[in-house]
Amino acid sequence: MTSLDALTLAVIQAGLQQVCNEMDIAFSRSAFSPVIAEADDRSDGIYDRDTGALIAQGEYGLPVFVGTMQYSTGELIRLIREGKVGAPEPGDIYIVNDPYLGGTHLMDVRFVKPVFVDGALFCWLQNTGHWPDIGGMVPGGFSAHATEVEQEGLRLPPVKLFKRGAMDPEIFSIIASNIRVADQRIGDIKAQAAALMVGESRLSDLLAKYGPETLDAAITEIRARSAERMRAEIRQIPDGTYTSEAFVDSDGVVNEPLRIALSMTKAGDGLTFDFSGSSPPCRGPMNSVVATTYSSVYLAVKHVFPDVPINAGTFAPLTIHRPEGTFLDARYPKPVSGCAAEVSQRIAEAVFLALVQAIPERVTAAPAGTSGNFALGGFDPAKNAPYVMYQITGGGYGGNAAHDGLSNGCSTIGISKTAPVEVMEQYYPVLFRRFALREGSGGAGAHRGGFGVHYEVELLRGEARASFVMDHGRFGPPGVLGGGAGAPNVVRIHRDGETITPLHLSKDQNIAIKAGDRVEVMTPGGGGYGAPATRDPALVARDLRRGYYRDDEAKDLWGSRS
Amino acid sequence: MRRMAGIDVGGTFTDLLLTEADSSGVRVRLAKVPTTIRNQAEGVLAAIRAAEVAPADLDLVIHGTTATTNAVLERKTAKVGLITTAGFRDVLELGRRTRPKPYGLFGTFEPLIPREWRREVPERVMADGAVHTPLDEGAVAEAVRALLAEGCEALVIHFLHAYANPEHELRAGAIARELWPNPYVTLGHALLSEFREYERGTTASVNAAVQPILDRYIRRLQDDLRAQGFARDLLVMNGNGGTVPAGLVVEAAAKTVMSGPASGVMAAAATLAQSGLTNAITYDMGGTSTDVALIAGGVPEVSAELTIDYGLPIHLPMVDVHTVGAGGGSIASVNRAGMLQVGPESAGSEPGPIGYGRGGTRPTITDANLVLGRLDPARLTAVRAGVSLDAIRDAFARDLAGPLGLSVEEAAEAVIRLGNVHMTGAIRMVSLSRGYDPRDFVLFAFGGAGPLHAVALARELGIPEVLVPARPGLTNALGCLVADLRQDRVRTLNRPLDGLDMADLRGVLEEQAADALAMVAEEQAEIEETTILYGADMQFRGQTHLIRVALPSREIDRATLQDLFETAYFRRFQVRLPEIRAVVVNLVTSVIGRRTPFPLAALIDDAGRTDLAGARLGTRPVYAGGAWHEAAIYAREALPLGAEIVGPAVIQQIDATTVIEPGATAQVDAIGNLRIRV
Repeated sequence: MTSLDALTLAVIQAGLQQVCNEMDIAFSRSAFSPVIAEADDRSDGIYDRDTGALIAQGEYGLPVFVGTMQYSTGELIRLIREGKVGAPEPGDIYIVNDPYLGGTHLMDVRFVKPVFVDGALFCWLQNTGHWPDIGGMVPGGFSAHATEVEQEGLRLPPVKLFKRGAMDPEIFSIIASNIRVADQRIGDIKAQAAALMVGESRLSDLLAKYGPETLDAAITEIRARSAERMRAEIRQIPDGTYTSEAFVDSDGVVNEPLRIALSMTKAGDGLTFDFSGSSPPCRGPMNSVVATTYSSVYLAVKHVFPDVPINAGTFAPLTIHRPEGTFLDARYPKPVSGCAAEVSQRIAEAVFLALVQAIPERVTAAPAGTSGNFALGGFDPAKNAPYVMYQITGGGYGGNAAHDGLSNGCSTIGISKTAPVEVMEQYYPVLFRRFALREGSGGAGAHRGGFGVHYEVELLRGEARASFVMDHGRFGPPGVLGGGAGAPNVVRIHRDGETITPLHLSKDQNIAIKAGDRVEVMTPGGGGYGAPATRDPALVARDLRRGYYRDDEAKDLWGSRS
Repeated sequence: MRRMAGIDVGGTFTDLLLTEADSSGVRVRLAKVPTTIRNQAEGVLAAIRAAEVAPADLDLVIHGTTATTNAVLERKTAKVGLITTAGFRDVLELGRRTRPKPYGLFGTFEPLIPREWRREVPERVMADGAVHTPLDEGAVAEAVRALLAEGCEALVIHFLHAYANPEHELRAGAIARELWPNPYVTLGHALLSEFREYERGTTASVNAAVQPILDRYIRRLQDDLRAQGFARDLLVMNGNGGTVPAGLVVEAAAKTVMSGPASGVMAAAATLAQSGLTNAITYDMGGTSTDVALIAGGVPEVSAELTIDYGLPIHLPMVDVHTVGAGGGSIASVNRAGMLQVGPESAGSEPGPIGYGRGGTRPTITDANLVLGRLDPARLTAVRAGVSLDAIRDAFARDLAGPLGLSVEEAAEAVIRLGNVHMTGAIRMVSLSRGYDPRDFVLFAFGGAGPLHAVALARELGIPEVLVPARPGLTNALGCLVADLRQDRVRTLNRPLDGLDMADLRGVLEEQAADALAMVAEEQAEIEETTILYGADMQFRGQTHLIRVALPSREIDRATLQDLFETAYFRRFQVRLPEIRAVVVNLVTSVIGRRTPFPLAALIDDAGRTDLAGARLGTRPVYAGGAWHEAAIYAREALPLGAEIVGPAVIQQIDATTVIEPGATAQVDAIGNLRIRV
């Protein structure tokens, strides 16, 4: 490296990152879907022109997209080469949401834009946004009972939605005719496309300054350096094989747990992940496509080593054996709506539980690890209009070597905020009876888990149908190093004076309710870290004073410490 | 003779600017003394002494304090109790399902009011303001007594949907005030009448948590000033860039949080106005952090969505100042990938850069400036023990130049360049990326380190001109003197524009204006002109983010408002959405009492100005663009008005150092600003 290069390299790395960050911000600030605008369920990145490999990704993007978008770019490139998709021209934007082509679930819609320099393709820009609806058998797309992907909604192979800068009204019309509340999607489509334009304009500034050759050389070098940086982190992990398991409550159709079995091997400066022994593909929508499986491992590792930058090189030292024949490598037409929100978090949990054995200071006990999706679709007689309401909630994070877990932490694969109760009640015919910390839910430990949320919502007018896709209803998030598990997820429907618990505990759909009926949800607490008997008695006393635990609970959990 | 003093307490120094006006003109005195952390009032009095006046001689004191900001950041706040709607006492603790950083599952959060002091009472108002469950007044009284018995000093009453119908909060407040032994009772809707229970409740809890602290501090300061004969008005800076009389400041104590950065921006706006400019990005770089704000059309941007710390949003209108965690103390290193890295680690002010001689051993941005001759080691104010340049060079050789295969100078220049790139990225994110053209702006550089880097930053940002004001290190104190009296009112409407009765809209604006005008009228300072600004926070139906649209008057018609909104939206996002209805979410009214313009030209005494040769202190080798240059060094205070200086050059003054990079040209304008064409 010459003297100029050390600086140029760092400056170009910061510049590429900046391009992605500005795309992230532009997208969520102008999006309509609250899932994107408020919950930041979107991501933007730059991808290699020949392989689709990740060059840079926005720091504000949803973690679960950390790895998947490079696979969908790769599939697009393959299909173009095979002549199945039209070749890119300046101003084109492809739209795609096919889970089996490097995707997640159908609601995650990707836009891919080629960037040209002097007539030659230089790279791809891509973003993903979670659309609030994509058709299918339930509003919102999270069907708990689907057994084939066609029931989950509209599946789009890569097609050009924008051709030479102009939107194709016919393609748009096909999309709009197949999704609910289509009138607002035009706003999201424009926001999603505009974010890519912002990226293209910022990237052309960089290209003008350094030229494509220098940029190419820097990208290659940055990738190699990132791989080296990750290897340096991995070298600190003691050599050995670490095994762990995690369970999905059920697939929503067959009421049996699905097992994720992980055998992680650290040797030298590489980490290998082997999921063989996991459950076979399932009938219901809790299958994962392979891109999401890979991405879940990446995001878990990134949570443990948060300082490494995100590009294809970062993950080069990680080898993931393709889990063929398991529910972590679903093929068409298996339903997959639960993969991005739930199965991904169980995969990440398995990775945490393997890594915590090796480097216990740097990993927490299991976090709540469910997105807590609750959708309520109905008709509001007062507004004479249909609506679909979404409630997501967090749960407790795991205790760790430094402190107790965070309460109401966001899903590990997300960064999405919940909507305020006052906003929900403004928009939908509901009344929250409570929105509270779930007492007693944090797993016991030297450092206990954080607390989940306990809410109860009443329908004020008309009729509606409630659907749930949550998890950790059968087993709570595990504690580690002697710590106890967090409390499992609970869903209850209070209808006509009766209380109904869904057969699959955390998953169900289209439960009919009417005015006066209530839905009650308690989300999981985090796992505890270390033996409860070693907890500081002052902290036990404080937790009692605050009403986090009842006296009898504390005696059970902490014994003589209380 | 009329004397006005602006006194700003910063983290390290307490600054004073004093004007003396009589028939012969206006003179300015300056003072800079160390901040007295335990009792800021001592430093304030010391600053007055240092300016060689007596408090009895002052007609007006305008004061900026960090007492409330520090109390929140260090969690040294008062013991606060909360009374809230049954079922919702944990709202302040649960927040909105976040974590401190996008990646990593470590990190904790403690609300300002712990759970044992949060009490629920039966009551419930619905989204439309209708009462669902009547207020249990007995339960309120019981909760008040219980919290008093627990030793709470301040109280928050925060009920769901109180912005839509405040009846229950008002009644509970009346009950509480009969029992509460002091005035520290905050009603959630009184500070901001806007939906979002977590943000509104947290804002109220910040207010209550700092009320007793601010009250005690202001009382002590007033007592100390009075004891020395001061008998006139004391005004206090707010985060909205305006001032309020000391007697009124405690009720809305939360508004004083972040007032320091706001006053810097107000000083910038006043300086721009007198320089014939309207658009600037303000860039205040200190040792550990950098504050950035945007002034467009002469008016600083105001936001009601600031966050003071993780989990602590304050949704009050405040000057939209963004803090970037990088400053002169940012550490440079070579990371595990063998790549040069600047920040996010910082040496802070303790131990600080190596050059401060306080035990720092790792190279920082300030040290890079020393190595390259951009800073004069003999002139650093924060130095404890002299450190030889060789020691700094050794650290650069060991930590950076060796591993990267560079010379020491190349490594130091790379550190500054990379630090500038990060800074430009951060500046873009909060300013230009919102749809502004950098060519329409100047970079207004202040703070100890701002003028050192401004020329290079402006080049990187595509901004054609840098403005360094006469006193870059006293900008916050100047902000106190130029700040207007200001009152803001916000009310949530949340109705589609096409279904809105425009008479209702006018009615709300009228009511807000009358209320705010009454408050401004209570303030006794001389007001030259009172302005009322109206605005609407709008969105397209279905969106959650808001755009602030300035209204030309309250007599606005529907079509004009629709058009103003669409124009503002297009500028920001380059998207037109005729398909979707516009919604008016909040109405905002600000009443601003403008004071007499400050005589900026008096900030540097004309008597000290000589000619260019007389201002020249000599030359010094300065490294830039890969080579050493023999750069001219000038004394800022001696430069004549109109002087032109071609880079490379360094302009030194007591409170800052300005670097004119090779190829740039600086000119001293008519009121003493340095205007640099980059």
